[in-house]
Amino acid sequence: MKRWIKSAVVMAAVAVAGSGAGAAETIKIGVNEPLTGAVAASGNYVTDGARIAADEINASGGVLGQQVELIIEDNKSNPKEAVSAAEKLIVRDKVPVMMGAWSSTYTLAVMPKLMEYGVPMVVETSSSGKITTSGNPWIFRISPTSEMEAKAFGEKAGELGIKKANFLVVNNDWGRGAGDEFATVLKEKGIDVGVTETMDAKATDLSAQLASIKAAGGDTLFVTTGVEQLTLVLKQAKEQQLDARVITTGGSSSPDQLIEQAGDAAEGSQHILFFSPWFPETAPNPEVATKFVDEWNKRGYNFAGLTEGFRGYDGIMTIKAGIEAAGKAEPKAIQKALWGVKVAGVNGNISFIKQGPEGQESAQNVPNVYLVKIEGGKVQPVK
Amino acid sequence: MEQFLQHVINAQILGGTYALLGVGLTLIFGIMRVVNFTHGELYTFGAYMLFMLVMPLGMNFFVGLVLAIVLGVILGALIEITLLRPIRGADIDTTMLVMIGAWIAMQNLEQLTWSGVAKSVSAPFPSDPLVIGSVSVGWDRVFVFGTAIFLIVGAHLLIHRTQLGKAMRATFQDRETAALMGVKINRIYTATFALGSGLAAAAGALLAPVFVVYPTMGDMAALKSFAIVILGGLGNFWGAALGGFILAFVEEFGAGYLSSGYRDAMGFVLIIIILIFRPTGIFAQKERIG
Repeated sequence: MKRWIKSAVVMAAVAVAGSGAGAAETIKIGVNEPLTGAVAASGNYVTDGARIAADEINASGGVLGQQVELIIEDNKSNPKEAVSAAEKLIVRDKVPVMMGAWSSTYTLAVMPKLMEYGVPMVVETSSSGKITTSGNPWIFRISPTSEMEAKAFGEKAGELGIKKANFLVVNNDWGRGAGDEFATVLKEKGIDVGVTETMDAKATDLSAQLASIKAAGGDTLFVTTGVEQLTLVLKQAKEQQLDARVITTGGSSSPDQLIEQAGDAAEGSQHILFFSPWFPETAPNPEVATKFVDEWNKRGYNFAGLTEGFRGYDGIMTIKAGIEAAGKAEPKAIQKALWGVKVAGVNGNISFIKQGPEGQESAQNVPNVYLVKIEGGKVQPVK
Repeated sequence: MEQFLQHVINAQILGGTYALLGVGLTLIFGIMRVVNFTHGELYTFGAYMLFMLVMPLGMNFFVGLVLAIVLGVILGALIEITLLRPIRGADIDTTMLVMIGAWIAMQNLEQLTWSGVAKSVSAPFPSDPLVIGSVSVGWDRVFVFGTAIFLIVGAHLLIHRTQLGKAMRATFQDRETAALMGVKINRIYTATFALGSGLAAAAGALLAPVFVVYPTMGDMAALKSFAIVILGGLGNFWGAALGGFILAFVEEFGAGYLSSGYRDAMGFVLIIIILIFRPTGIFAQKERIG
């Protein structure tokens, strides 16, 4: 009996060692996303998109003749956990490149670790201006900054007939940054800016903020936060009979999820998005967008998640192009190569411009921005 | 004025659920001297039970609500019998560690079972709010408030008008003497923990359709409950109920008129101030640990 156990243990050890050796032949890509906690829905959608990209890359022969392997870590919607996740990915898994970390606050928390270890990170969602202006040369952001988003929106603002706008933003780098950028653009357009109320990322009761916003008056309310809190804002705004059009910024509103969870409280709201999965044929790269949407649906993922999921897909595709151009899976080489990549992504054509202090520039993509509205329980483009 | 009235209404409604959470926690502490770290998880459990019964299983909302509370009571009794009874008489550190462990295990189980993505529960209330003059409030919130008050009064009557309640109060005053007089202490402890847990589950289930349901929703609820209990005086039933309303008013008016960014901080600043001047809480007459 004892001998039998011994041999079983030896066999198990060999099997584990064998799988370890097998794993060494893949190219590892770190993924640092909020899979649980306050903004879990978005993190899971982004990760689903990343999985589609990885499977597509592997099905077509991998990169540099090797298969890619995603090492996915949950940052628990918490900046401290985001740092631990990044450290684990770099030190233990030895990933040469990462994608992450959804929220601007998590990304900003992780950034010193990129400097410390010298590992590039593709930023797929975060929009705080600080990320690309603080002099971190390991940052490659494919998502738009709040400033880009506000400017793109500003071009359409005249047609929407906004006279006075208020803001309700999540109390972090993303929310406050977006509030400032949008207020600046609106003021330039001669639009009256009222109050800016903030809410903790975990807050569920927003009635006090909404009562103040109602008292301030205004025809439009800009809201910046994740889809969970947006659901609550819409429901509670309706309860308090807030008579203002809600426009969400940041592209994380997953309008179909709002229709499902907030019901007719979502009616009439408008949403700034970076991918419009209802009309993939109108995307700059229609064949890429259509293929992605089809694969997403085939896997039975939640359709509402597509507006976030594409970020993961584009992020991993950008990383793949970087590894390919580098010719080897090493952090420094990938960092250098990423500057030259041109990727036909779901959002559009991805390439990087320089931002931040000279000699220490971060890389920033210039993405496409869309505006949609919820009307009759359906998502429609705003022309 | 209009804004002021709206804030008053909002604070009342919020206060009802805070009071429910506070009462459940203070009962357990007062009678059992157990710091119940699983309180927030029972709140989450109630919300998920309502979600499961109403959404995938298609049960009537009100039947589901009652069942969710009953399930909370049962889970509370199970926690007491399996975790707390074996370590009865152990020092407070041991009990706290066990409860912290249970809290973490329960939260992770919820994540494993339901995933981290938030769920929403639809309730059979009209989506147009109740409007009184310039003030409006959702029907679901009116229902939450009414039910919370009903449950708090019910719990009060249970403690002050029944034989079980008398035994509970006797245990609260002096455990040894109560045992000598024939009170079955183990049974009282299980009943107390089940009652407190049921109230937490009720708060979670009631708020599920108002907010959204996710595995870490209990953390904030637990933190607020502890604040309320400290505010009202440990183990003080009406102190906790009033503490719930005070916290709600401070949060609502602080967020409305001072700064919404410090909403959650304001309640805790108030607690610090109160503890400086009244270290046993506002309503505690005397420290009764004996």
